[in-house]
Amino acid sequence: MSTDTSPGPAPATAPAPPSSKPVVQPGDRIFAGFATGAGILILVVLAGVAAFLVTEAAPAFVAPAEEIPGGGGIVAYIWPLVFGTLLAAVLALLIATPLAVCVALFITHFAPRRISQPLGYVVDLLAAVPSIVYGLWGVAVLAPASVGLMTWLQDYLGWIPLFAGPVSATGRTMLVVGVTLAVMILPIITAVSREVFLQTPKLHEEAALALGATRWEMIKMAVLPFGRSGIISGAMLGLGRALGETMAVAIILSVSGAVTVNLISSGNPSTIAANIALQFPESTGIEVNTLIASGLVLFLITLAVNSVARFVINRRREFSGAN
Amino acid sequence: MSIDTDKRDAERTAAVRPTEDKIARQGRLPRWSTPGALAAAAVVVGGLLAATGAFSVGLFVFLTVVLFAVGLYALSRVVEGARKATDRVVTIVVTSAFLLALIPLISVIWTVLSNGIARFDVEFFNSSMRGIVGEGGGAYHAIAGTLVITALAAAMSIPIGLLTAVYLVEYGAGSRLARAITFFVDVMTGIPSIVAGLFAYALFALFAGPGVRLGFAGAVALSVLMIPVVVRATEEMLKIVPNELREAAFALGVPKWRTILKVVIPTSVAGIASGITLAIARVIGETAPLLIAVGITTGLNFNPFDGRQATLPVFAYYSYAAPGVPRDPYIDRAWTAALVLIVIVMVLNLAARLIARLFAPKTR
Amino acid sequence: MGKAIEAIDLSIYYGSFRAVEGVNMSIRPKTVTALIGPSGCGKSTYLRSINRMHEVIPGARVEGRLELDGTDLYGAGVDPVGVRRQIGMVFQRPNPFPTMSIYDNVIAGQRLNNKRMRKDATDDLVERSLRGANLWNEVKDRLDKPGSGLSGGQQQRLCIARAIAVQPDVLLMDEPCSALDPISTLAIEDLINELKTDYTIVIVTHNMQQAARVSDYTGFFTIEGTGKPGKLVEMDETRTIFSQPKQKATEDYVSGRFG
Repeated sequence: MSTDTSPGPAPATAPAPPSSKPVVQPGDRIFAGFATGAGILILVVLAGVAAFLVTEAAPAFVAPAEEIPGGGGIVAYIWPLVFGTLLAAVLALLIATPLAVCVALFITHFAPRRISQPLGYVVDLLAAVPSIVYGLWGVAVLAPASVGLMTWLQDYLGWIPLFAGPVSATGRTMLVVGVTLAVMILPIITAVSREVFLQTPKLHEEAALALGATRWEMIKMAVLPFGRSGIISGAMLGLGRALGETMAVAIILSVSGAVTVNLISSGNPSTIAANIALQFPESTGIEVNTLIASGLVLFLITLAVNSVARFVINRRREFSGAN
Repeated sequence: MSIDTDKRDAERTAAVRPTEDKIARQGRLPRWSTPGALAAAAVVVGGLLAATGAFSVGLFVFLTVVLFAVGLYALSRVVEGARKATDRVVTIVVTSAFLLALIPLISVIWTVLSNGIARFDVEFFNSSMRGIVGEGGGAYHAIAGTLVITALAAAMSIPIGLLTAVYLVEYGAGSRLARAITFFVDVMTGIPSIVAGLFAYALFALFAGPGVRLGFAGAVALSVLMIPVVVRATEEMLKIVPNELREAAFALGVPKWRTILKVVIPTSVAGIASGITLAIARVIGETAPLLIAVGITTGLNFNPFDGRQATLPVFAYYSYAAPGVPRDPYIDRAWTAALVLIVIVMVLNLAARLIARLFAPKTR
Repeated sequence: MGKAIEAIDLSIYYGSFRAVEGVNMSIRPKTVTALIGPSGCGKSTYLRSINRMHEVIPGARVEGRLELDGTDLYGAGVDPVGVRRQIGMVFQRPNPFPTMSIYDNVIAGQRLNNKRMRKDATDDLVERSLRGANLWNEVKDRLDKPGSGLSGGQQQRLCIARAIAVQPDVLLMDEPCSALDPISTLAIEDLINELKTDYTIVIVTHNMQQAARVSDYTGFFTIEGTGKPGKLVEMDETRTIFSQPKQKATEDYVSGRFG
């Protein structure tokens, strides 16, 4: 670090022009240097993440197809995983978002004031419960409990490809994974939505009520339009979590590698993250490179989801009336 | 204007009785109509199900709620009009959605508690798994590993995250570098935890050769996940410090760095501390990156720079997914590990709230 | 204490936008000078340029000279932090540090700069500053309580005590009473009258009665339209400005006719 003994930017004797470099205290320079350095370090770390992933993944992309596990080449290896990842995450999102919005609405606008704040705390707490716990719960409780429901779905809705069956006897199916992930991301989406619902300007709400609106009409007029970008960002946060979720899927899903939308059979596509967790400890050589390549693909998918979310939020922000 | 109001007031007083009656007659079902309708729906559905002999709790609750919603809507529509009826249905839908969402969440807590309590004993906390087959043993080694690795991750993430936030709010505001950092912190927030694990592995494999498993590598992976959370939380908190306080300090002839260290950060320290605590709670339960970068071992290892370390989440995972024979003691230990994890996370969350309350600037 | 300020053809810029143009103004030591004018006329910007507070906004700079007893405040090698120690400032809204007690607020200038002082010297400084700000009798029994627990007027006087504890030569006040009720305003105005025996005071105010009550000299700023720079129209003894100003614009403004 340079101290004040180093030649200053503007020697006191020189007739400085009016726009000369301002005098900066040495303490300020050091502190600003540290702060800037930390910021740059983050950029370096991220560049490192990208560089290491790419260099370690590269061998898998150039290797001959038969050397990749499965023998069908890198695309054939990753594609079912991508499919499984998207299927599980979208399923979870579809289940969780409407419920989460309702829960957030209940907490902010329907529950008695006395219990709404404790409920908010509980939701925040649940959002922090580690995913391995949800995974254990999914495989030990939800999977066996849902066999009956899945049999019913097959019997009555079997004509929909989603429920074609045959039903897995252990219940370790894509549907159970989807529900478990939904339970997992529900508190996250709820927490974000609750936050924005609470920020709805009281004036908007009162204006709506003063016009004679019922509570639902007030929510429709004031709360939901204001909170829309918040709901979307919460949902995208949840989607990102679901996409990257490893342990819950790894522990629950029974995997066959098939590409199928059948949600209730025992032959399911795995997800990228779960596949890495399951295969990595026993992998060597090109297998490791292949797994890292799949990790890179997962990173790109989540990056795309986050970018879309950010784009939506930024575009909506101007209309949200927040300012 | 005031005369106008007076006149209207007078009119209103004169007409008050009839108007009130009108509102009451037009607009309202009696208060007991909601519980009444619910009870009626329950009786009807219960009777029907009992008659057909197909009684199950799930079906009973589901049909009762549906009948309740439909019935109350019809009743309210006739008495109160369509708008009120819709309002009532929405209330029912939102409330039942809330209750529905509560079921799995309560079930999660209950399952972990009831299954985990069996081995929530002294031995679990003071012995490792070295040489243990079957019953007994504990997670002392895993708890120690989790604490060491998380502490290491926090020690790396907190200074970097804090300083970056200071740069973003106090120094960089609006500059190109600041915008780039903000963007990439966003990107970092979205890194899946397993990818962070792969990164840490790839980084250390470069120095130590393939197959490396190291507690420190796990700490690096957790830092990648933790830094953006710390930056975000701190940034938010620094932003809400009123500019007036900075100006007040500047006007007293205090240099900027002292203003930041002694005015801005102390003013927001409660929020920052609680944000950091939440960030720790978030990474302490991470499993996937540690599975990749740290692995598992049965013995105690306090040194994060020397080989594999056990951690609580990975311990729980392996105990459940790859149990030994007999199976039950392993499963029990997995649940207890999960319970301990939840307890740690809850304690951290409560601590965060407590910190936020205790250190908040006082006004009295 | 109490030094003269001399602005010579001073223009203030934010980036390429010229906010204030060509101000020439002499402020005598130990007087109260009021700056008046319509909103956005640059009087606050000019005030903040006197202790280089406007430099907090990136891109802000000045042309011309601003002298404090003959030394150019914008000269090469002048540290803005040092300038602010000589020229204190009180803001529109009272802003005591919420993390500090009343006692610590008063000596914040010393504490934040890590100046070591003996306990009795600090006690003495706190009492002297609080007495100087007419606040001592109200708070002497609760010096260890948070400063944000005081009323608005007391908080503003606490801020004045904090500013004079640094022992500056000049006190700048940016609409110090605009957030206060009439009684607190009166207390501050009385205080300004007492403070001018020791300090040179420059005060920006929207309230012309206040300018007439507290100041010895008054400068009138105006602006021709949005996007144009603010200008000093005229400056004279307060009595003259309010009774027989030389400029039509000044007369219109002080008599309530705008145009």
